[in-house]
Amino acid sequence: MSLLTKEYTEVEYVSGPLLFLKSAADLPYGAIVDITDGVNRIRGGQVIEVSDEYTVLQVFEETSGLDLAKTKVSLVEDIARLGVSKEMIGRRFNGIGKPIDGLPPVVAEKRLPINGSAINPVSREKPEEFIQTGISSIDVNISLVRGQKLPIFSASGLPHNELALQIARQAKVLGEGEGFAVVFAAMGITQREASQFVSGFEQTGALARSVLFLNQADDPTVERLLTPRMALTAAEYLAFEHGYHVLVILTDLTNYCEALREIGGAREEIPGRRGYPGYMYTDLASLYERAGVIHGKPGSVTQIPILSMPGDDITHPIPDLTGYITEGQIYVARNLDSAGIYPPINVQPSLSRLMNNGIGKGKTRVDHKEVADQLFASYARGMDLRRLVAITGEDALTDNDKKYLRFADGFEKTFINQGQANRSIEDSLNIAWALLSEFPRSELKRIRKEYIDTNYGKQKLSELVTA
Amino acid sequence: MAGKIKKIAGPAVIVEDLAGAKMNDIVRVGKEQLVGEIIRLDGKECFVQVYEDTNGLMVGEDVITTNLPLAVELGPGMLNGVFDGIQRPLDKIREASGDFIARGVNVKSLSRTQKWAFTPTAKVGDKVLGGSSIGSVPEFSFVHKILVPPNISGTIKSIKGAGEYTIDEVMAVLEDGTELRMYHNWAVRRPRPVAKKLDPNLPFLTGMRILDVLCPLTAGGTAAIPGPFGAGKTVTQQSVAKYGNADVVVYVGCGERGNEMTDVLVEFPELEDPKTGKPLMERTLLLANTSNMPVAAREASLYCGITLAEYFRDQGYAVSMMADSTSRWAEALREIASRLQEMPAEEGYPPYLASRLSAFYERAGRVTTLAGETGSVSVIGAVSPAGGDFSEPVTQATLRITGAFWALDASLSRARHFPAINWAQSYSLFNRILEPWYRENIAKDYPEKRTALINLLQKEAALQEVVQLVGPDALADNERLSLEVGRIVREDFLQQNGYDKVDASCSMQKAYGMINMMLELYKAGEQMLAKGGAITDFLDDAATIEKVGRARFVPEDEFPAYQAEYMKMLETSFRAKA
Repeated sequence: MSLLTKEYTEVEYVSGPLLFLKSAADLPYGAIVDITDGVNRIRGGQVIEVSDEYTVLQVFEETSGLDLAKTKVSLVEDIARLGVSKEMIGRRFNGIGKPIDGLPPVVAEKRLPINGSAINPVSREKPEEFIQTGISSIDVNISLVRGQKLPIFSASGLPHNELALQIARQAKVLGEGEGFAVVFAAMGITQREASQFVSGFEQTGALARSVLFLNQADDPTVERLLTPRMALTAAEYLAFEHGYHVLVILTDLTNYCEALREIGGAREEIPGRRGYPGYMYTDLASLYERAGVIHGKPGSVTQIPILSMPGDDITHPIPDLTGYITEGQIYVARNLDSAGIYPPINVQPSLSRLMNNGIGKGKTRVDHKEVADQLFASYARGMDLRRLVAITGEDALTDNDKKYLRFADGFEKTFINQGQANRSIEDSLNIAWALLSEFPRSELKRIRKEYIDTNYGKQKLSELVTA
Repeated sequence: MAGKIKKIAGPAVIVEDLAGAKMNDIVRVGKEQLVGEIIRLDGKECFVQVYEDTNGLMVGEDVITTNLPLAVELGPGMLNGVFDGIQRPLDKIREASGDFIARGVNVKSLSRTQKWAFTPTAKVGDKVLGGSSIGSVPEFSFVHKILVPPNISGTIKSIKGAGEYTIDEVMAVLEDGTELRMYHNWAVRRPRPVAKKLDPNLPFLTGMRILDVLCPLTAGGTAAIPGPFGAGKTVTQQSVAKYGNADVVVYVGCGERGNEMTDVLVEFPELEDPKTGKPLMERTLLLANTSNMPVAAREASLYCGITLAEYFRDQGYAVSMMADSTSRWAEALREIASRLQEMPAEEGYPPYLASRLSAFYERAGRVTTLAGETGSVSVIGAVSPAGGDFSEPVTQATLRITGAFWALDASLSRARHFPAINWAQSYSLFNRILEPWYRENIAKDYPEKRTALINLLQKEAALQEVVQLVGPDALADNERLSLEVGRIVREDFLQQNGYDKVDASCSMQKAYGMINMMLELYKAGEQMLAKGGAITDFLDDAATIEKVGRARFVPEDEFPAYQAEYMKMLETSFRAKA
C-alpha cells in the first residue's frame, strides 16, 4: 500500500456490520476500503452511504474487536472490482474473489466493476439454442436454452444440489463442441455442501472447466452480497470476451436474500414484505438479468439459480420475486422425493418460458412440442384422477380413466425417475412415446396424426429403460 | 450556479446550494453528468432521484440544473423506435457505449439528421391554435401530423413549402415571432390538454373472444391484467398489442425481463399489421426499462409512455398503451420513498400510491382534441401481485380505477387453457355503455345472446362442482347437456390459440356467429331431450360436436358459409334421432 494513501480515523459509531466514519466525505459511494484495527488486523468494507457529515461503511467481516480510537480506514478502490482472466477457469475463490486453492492469485487481464452494466435490450439476441441437460423431465418439458435464467425452486432436505451437479456435468448443446465453462457461486452454504460440490466437480472432471466462488455459512454475511456479482462478472468476461458458453449456478439465493435483509435491518431501512427490503426485486433483477446472448458475440451466459423455498411456500417473497424475473422455474417436489423418485421434478408447476424458441425441427425433434403438451395434459389428468380415487376408490373409474392413472405412475417411475443416467433428447422423447403408446391413438389429442404414425408403439419401454 | 452533492444513498442524492432549483426539474449529477430529477426541496437542500447507477459518485461533486422538467421530444422519428425509460433511443446508446449501457450517455431522442418530406396544410395568415396541425410528414405508412404545441397559438407569418427538412429547421413563424419546428417538448408529468373528454362508448376490440365478448374494453378505457407469474400477462398484452384496433401502440416494458423485450423486438418487426400488411413495428414504439436498469427511470417510464401516447392521440389517432408492469413502477415509487425516509403506508408503499396511480390512469380517454379531432388513448396495465394475492395494495388501488379487469389464473395456464383469463373473476364496467353499439353494429340480439352464453358458463361451473363429488353419471340428462355444451364453450370459444394464424384473432362478427352455433347446439340438445331422446345420442354425435370445435380455425371469409353448413347439419344430426 502506498504511503500516500489517505487514512480516515474518525470512527464515530459501530453497530452490527456497520461503521460510521466522520470527515470522510471524499470517499466515493460504493468504494471498497480496508479497515485496520488496533492490532493491525485488516478487514474489508464498502461505502454504502456518504454525506458531508458521516460516511457509512459496511464491514465485510465481523466488527468485534474494532474500537473507535484506533481503527483506521483507507481507500482501496473507488468501486468494487474483480480482476478477471481466462486463467480463472479451474480455480477456486472465496466469496470476495481471493483464491482459496493454495495457488497464487490470477494475473488479471482486466479489472471489472462487479456490479456490471445492463445489457442494452437492442443488443440482445433471442435465446434459441437448446441445452441438453440429459434429464428427461427438463429436456422434454422444461427445456433450457442458452442465455436463459431458469431457477430451481427447492426446499430444505431436497436433492437440489445433486440436481445442479448433474446438470453442470451433463449439460451440452447438440452438435457442437465449443468452449463450455461452469461458474459456480455458493452463498452461505455449509461445509458439507461445499465439499459435496467441490468433490462432485473433481470426480467428474468438471473442475477443469469451472470457476468456483465459495462463501460458506460461517463466512461474513456481507460478503454474500458480493459473491454472485463476482461470479457473474467472471462469467460475463469469459462469455463476451473469450467466447465461452457459461453456465452459472448460484446457490442458495435464500441465503443471499437473508443477508440482504440482515444488512437492511442493520441500516434501519423500512422493511417490505416479511422484513425483506423493498428493493429486493431490483436487487435480485440486477443478478438474474445478467444472463443472455449478445448480437455478434460468440459466448453466452445461462443461469441456474437455486433457492430453497422457506416452508415449501412458493408465495414466499424470495421465490415469488424470483419467478417474476426469471424465465420459468424447475420445481423440485417433496412428495416425489419421498416416493424415492430422483430427480424429483414436478413438471406441473414448472415452466420454461423460452422453451418454444429452442425446440422443434432442426433444434431437437419435430414432435417435441406436441409430445411435451401431451405428456403434460395426460399427467395432469392422471393427477386429477388420483385425487378422485383417494375418495371414491379405483373401481369407480372407467377403463379409460384407469389408463391415465397408470400413465401418471409410469411417467413418474420411468420418465422422471432416471437417477444419474444421462439421456439424450432422442432417448427422452422415445421413452415418452413408449409411455404414450399405452393410450389408444384417439386419446393423443395434442399430437398431430403424422407424428403419431411415425412414433406410436415403435419402441417398448423395456428396450429403452433398464429397470 | 452549480450545487454540490451533500449525501448519496443509492439512487437518492441530496444536493446543496443548487441555484434555481425547481421541483421536478432535470439536473445533471457529478462528473459523469448522470441524469436526475429534483423530487423534494428543503431549505438549501434538494433531493434528487438519479436515473442512473450512482456507484463511484462523490460528495462535493457538481450538480447543474437544466431548469427544465423531465420532458420528451415529440415529433417524427418515434415509430419503430426502442427507447429507454426516459426516451433515449437504445440503438443510439448502443452506438455510443456498446452492448452494455454505460452511464451519462447524452443522446438526442429524435434524429437530427434524418430528413422528412413535409407537406404544409396551413398557409400564411392562417390562425393556428395549440394542437392544430400546420402540415404533415409520412412516417412509414402513417401520416404524422406536425402539431403546434398546445400552449402556443397565433397567426402564421411564414411557413416553409413542401420539401425535405430535418426536425431542427424552423417550419413556420408566427406573427409574434414564435418559431415552430417539426417537434416540440412536453413535460411528461403534465397531461396534454384536450378540448373535451368524450364518453367511452366505442369498443376497443382486441381480437380475443374472451375479452371482447365477456369483458370488453372501450376506446379510451382502462384495463388491468393482474396475475401471478407464469399466468401469461405478457403474452396477453403482446397479443392485444398485435391485434387490438389501435393506430399506434405504445409498449412500456417497465421493470421486465431483458429477453422478453428482445422477443418483442424480434417478433414485432416480423409480424404483419393486419390492417396495412406492413410490419407491426412500424406503428409501434417501445420503451424498455428492464428490471436491472435504474429504478428511478422506471418510475419515469410510465409517464414518458403516456405522454407519447397522448401526442399521437392529439393527431387524431386511436392509441393503445401497454404498461408491463405497473407493479414494478409502484415498487420503484416505494424504493425511492423509502430512500427519502418517507412514512410508509400499506406494505411499505408510500401513502400517495393510489393517487399517483389514478392520476396516471385518468390520462387515458377518448377525447376531442384541441384541434377538434377525435382521438383516444386506451391503457392496459399489467399488475404483478406478490404471491398472486389480489388483496395487495397495487392490485386493489388499480381495481378502484380501471374499468375492465382481466384476471389471469395460474391454474388455467397450468391446464394449458389460453388465454388463461378467469372468466368468472374478470369483469368489465363497459358492457352497458357499449350495448347500443353492439345492437347497431353486431346484431340486434347480441346482448341477449351474450347473456345466454354467460348463463350457460355459470350453469356449467355449478355442475362441475357436483361432478367433482359424485361423478357425471349421477346427473340428469339435461344437466349433462349443460355440462357438455358448457365445456365446448370453454374449450372452443374462450380458448384461443395465439400461435394459430386464423385463431389468433377473431372479429366480433365471427364471435357472434360462434355464440350462435353453440347456443343452437344447446337448443337442439334440449329439444331432443324434450322429445325423449337420450344424452348418449348427443355425446355420440362426434361429427356435429367437432364441427363446432373447428369453427374457430375457419378463416373469417369462409365463416358465414361454414356456419350455414353447420346449421343445416344440425337438422339432420342427433336432433333427428328423437
